[in-house]
Amino acid sequence: MTRVLDLSNITKRFGHVTANEDVSLHLEKGEIVALLGENGAGKTTLMSILFGHYTADEGEVRVNGTPLPPGKSRAAIRAGVGMVHQHFALAPNLTVLENVMTGTESLWSLRSNRSAGRAKLVALSEKFGLKVDPDARVSDLSVGECQRVEILKALYNDARILILDEPTAVLTAQEAESLFATLRQMTADGLSLIFISHKLHEVMSASDRVVVLRRGSVVAERATGETSKEELAELMVGRKVERPKRPPATPGKVLLEGLDLTLSGKGGASLHGVSFRLRAGETLGIIGVSGNGQTTLAGLVSGLYPPDAGTLLIDGRAVTTHDVPHAIAAGIGRIPEDRNAEGTIGDMTTWENTVLERIWSPEFSSRGMVRRAAARAATDQIIDRYDVRGASADGRIRLLSGGNMQKLILGRVLEAGPDILVAAQPSRGLDEGAIAGVHERLLEARGRGAGVLLISEDLDEVIGLSDRIRAIVNGRLSPAIPADRANAQLLGLMMAGDWSAAAEIEAETQMPEHKKAETEDAL
Amino acid sequence: MNILADILTSVGMWEAVLRIATPLILGTLGVLLCERVGVLNLGIEGIMTFGAMLGWLAVYNGADLWTGMIVAALGGAAFGLLHALLTVPLGLSQHVTGLGITLFASSFSYYVFRLAVPTASSPPTIEPFRPLEIPVLSDIPFLGPVIFNQTAPTYLALVLVVAIAWGLNRTPLGLAIRMAGENPHAVDAQGIDPIWLRIGTIMAGSALMGLAGAFLTLAAFNSFFPTMVQGRGWICVALVVFASWKPARALLGALLFAFFDAFQLRLQTVVEGVPYQLFLMLPYLLSIVALIVMARRARVPQALMRPYRRGER
Repeated sequence: MTRVLDLSNITKRFGHVTANEDVSLHLEKGEIVALLGENGAGKTTLMSILFGHYTADEGEVRVNGTPLPPGKSRAAIRAGVGMVHQHFALAPNLTVLENVMTGTESLWSLRSNRSAGRAKLVALSEKFGLKVDPDARVSDLSVGECQRVEILKALYNDARILILDEPTAVLTAQEAESLFATLRQMTADGLSLIFISHKLHEVMSASDRVVVLRRGSVVAERATGETSKEELAELMVGRKVERPKRPPATPGKVLLEGLDLTLSGKGGASLHGVSFRLRAGETLGIIGVSGNGQTTLAGLVSGLYPPDAGTLLIDGRAVTTHDVPHAIAAGIGRIPEDRNAEGTIGDMTTWENTVLERIWSPEFSSRGMVRRAAARAATDQIIDRYDVRGASADGRIRLLSGGNMQKLILGRVLEAGPDILVAAQPSRGLDEGAIAGVHERLLEARGRGAGVLLISEDLDEVIGLSDRIRAIVNGRLSPAIPADRANAQLLGLMMAGDWSAAAEIEAETQMPEHKKAETEDAL
Repeated sequence: MNILADILTSVGMWEAVLRIATPLILGTLGVLLCERVGVLNLGIEGIMTFGAMLGWLAVYNGADLWTGMIVAALGGAAFGLLHALLTVPLGLSQHVTGLGITLFASSFSYYVFRLAVPTASSPPTIEPFRPLEIPVLSDIPFLGPVIFNQTAPTYLALVLVVAIAWGLNRTPLGLAIRMAGENPHAVDAQGIDPIWLRIGTIMAGSALMGLAGAFLTLAAFNSFFPTMVQGRGWICVALVVFASWKPARALLGALLFAFFDAFQLRLQTVVEGVPYQLFLMLPYLLSIVALIVMARRARVPQALMRPYRRGER
């Protein structure tokens, strides 16, 4: 094998923070290396140094034995290094071809050779099975297609070494699978790849070698075939992490009931005749590939929009006014799907974000004035109880990492003591340690008698937390199966819209005293 | 409605449209370049004043007219550099900086003007650009005198519309400029420094604003007075939105506005019993209407007014 890339003894500091310390990493031709680490372990910083976005304080990058001048992306591109950014570096108003061709020709030539560019793009796209229309506007593309454009951009620059920064963060499970198949095909063609990830299952299934980064340093390197998920998790987090176990449920009265709810188009996909029941002290898991109506369902339950038809009952009473304040007053707590866009206001302080939802309650305001001291005290209490690291009541909330932001949101919601908790993708984008923490809190809420409506696309999460599981497909809910009967294969069938097995299981597991209720449930 | 028909069929009216449109075309192209690369330039009103003064001053001191134009363009570029340094590497508010540049450049122009001609009570005049008859073409009936009997800067403005449209859409540099206005991170990822790209483009755009101002003194009014730009810069800012950031449509917008302006000037002289201020309002009123109709589908450069800092999203 020939070594195509060598990073030796890289150290990078930002002020007092050391992002990378004495990191060495190499890549052989035709190899896929996974760079594994939790959020904030320094993975992206390391790759940014390689690509010339940052200059290392110490150390050297060599491509095919030749050192790269530090801090010059252009040099990295010329040497055949391509980077696929986690946040796509694309211009939405330009076409795919324009995005790909930017910067590939001499800036001073009087004419851009589009036909040659198009031919090259089409050839690459066919060779690697990355289907995309060169004349489509990027704003019209799906997330998966955008990523294809990003990869094509690197290939168009004749990249032989490709770096992918958390490539599956925004993809659905199917898209991720086809991405990894494409990557495999590229290595067969002699390309070498590094992908950054914190997801153990994809590291295990897609890489040849794993380099684990923790707190800026390489802590281990393993051939993928000779390691296990468990070992990698421990190496990555630095201690043994186990997701909490679900104690048996003691379901109580029906807290939330949807009867034939129909809603078209709001906030994504439509809902068609959705009926469900959520009892006190149980977790109902709704699993589905994103875009099948789960966002709409969460929005409807949280009071964002009224249904076009059907009834929502909270604690047996039909909801007449569908808005957020009424939903909150009725005891619904919400963990929104997108914590940056909907869960928090980045440039406001932590205490403002904590109390905003309940600012009119006498606890936090009186006579039209905000009770700052009380708000700060409540915030400090949440920071303390929920172990929100790096937060202070007066700091801007955008400075928190994803996991800590989610802890704060959980704290904010749970401290209000909701009877019903709507948790939409509660652990999306979080690393293993943070996920365990979130799961613990959700189980705690269920343990003290709240009904939890868990909406997620993560199989392990749904199986681990839910008492009953239903799939959402094209705005319709499947029959409910108990979690102990669930497995990846069955859930896969349910998510694909094949509900025959689920219906059988539902029929056979109905408890006699609940028979009537559950039959309604299945309607 | 004989009066209207007379106005609309007169050669003088249409010839005036192109003349009135020239500074608007140049200025609009200037704003368009700046905004396409992602930076609002509200300095235009002041930069036009400065260009008008500088061009006039050069010619008044014996330079030939084209030297005056070049000096005005360089003066515009200098203020462009100032605006660029404040808004691009320092990332300051583009509104505030632009308005500051306008106030500063306007006052500075008058100051320099007063230094140059301390005593004159009426503004001294220069010998301006004369209409340049293009042989053969100017003999075409009606269209000939309307289009092909203009001053040289007008022809220059028309050529620049084509050149900038080509440059933005067909050259690698133009693509990079548009990309920087849409997503500077993407430009950086392709190995081009968006900071320098923005600074250079803003300077080029501001040079065009300087030219727009110089047209007023060197081809239209023959002399400089401090309030002569009279909001033309602001009109250019609006025209860019009207044009949906496209050079050809910018030409159309400038012509449309100039048409209203030429039309109301003539109406003033023939309609009696109506205060002329009412007619003065007309082009602005119609511009707002046109803006409402045209600008709703406009595709705004996505990174407009968003400073670029590496590593920040």
